[in-house]
Amino acid sequence: MAMLHIVNKSPFERNAFKSCLDHAVAGDSILMIEDAAVGAVDGTVFADDLKAAMTDKSVYVLGGDLAARGMSEDRMIDGIKVVDYAGFVDLTADNDKTQSWV
Amino acid sequence: MKYTVMVNEGPYQHQSADSALQFVRAALAKGHEIFRVFFYHDGVNNGTRLAVPPKDDRLLQQEWSDLAKEHDLDLVICIAAAQRRGLMDADEAKRQGLDADNIIEGFRISGLGQLIEGSIQSDRTIVFGD
Repeated sequence: MAMLHIVNKSPFERNAFKSCLDHAVAGDSILMIEDAAVGAVDGTVFADDLKAAMTDKSVYVLGGDLAARGMSEDRMIDGIKVVDYAGFVDLTADNDKTQSWV
Repeated sequence: MKYTVMVNEGPYQHQSADSALQFVRAALAKGHEIFRVFFYHDGVNNGTRLAVPPKDDRLLQQEWSDLAKEHDLDLVICIAAAQRRGLMDADEAKRQGLDADNIIEGFRISGLGQLIEGSIQSDRTIVFGD
């Protein structure tokens, strides 16, 4: 029963993203959209939390939202996968449930 | 796969109204069914026909309306949220004794039960908003 967690808040502004990491379980997927996309950048105070989650969860970022915030993909944490809206739809279909951390 | 989408944020407020529209377009492009889009809280403002943004900006309300016409979508606005924010269809305006209505073609006003029913009928419910 894998779940897709959709996060849209920056981890540097709200604690929704951290709450998501605390609740997600092994085998789940996490998709960063909107302001949450900045969480994909490596070398931040949040990066270690996300890397720890990535040991047993898949992490994705909506490429357009990352680019819209001036972040290039080569600054991302290794292992994060970039998806477009079609990929977003596929993630919602491939996981049994979705949870939006609004 | 069958989807119900919930939109809790108004147009031009942040990004979620745009995200929801893009998601619905992508889901339709992949052949999925959008059973219902339910607009709640400030999301009801996606259904006004009186918005006039600058010419070089997108008109989100019209884009929803056009998409609804093209794909026969069921766009539902929560009645309690709509009343609070001055969003009326002709029947509701008449019932309230008001002199105008402002809902854009393709939307309808109904209750929160439509969201629950949508979630029951659909394989997935995706929430967008602040």
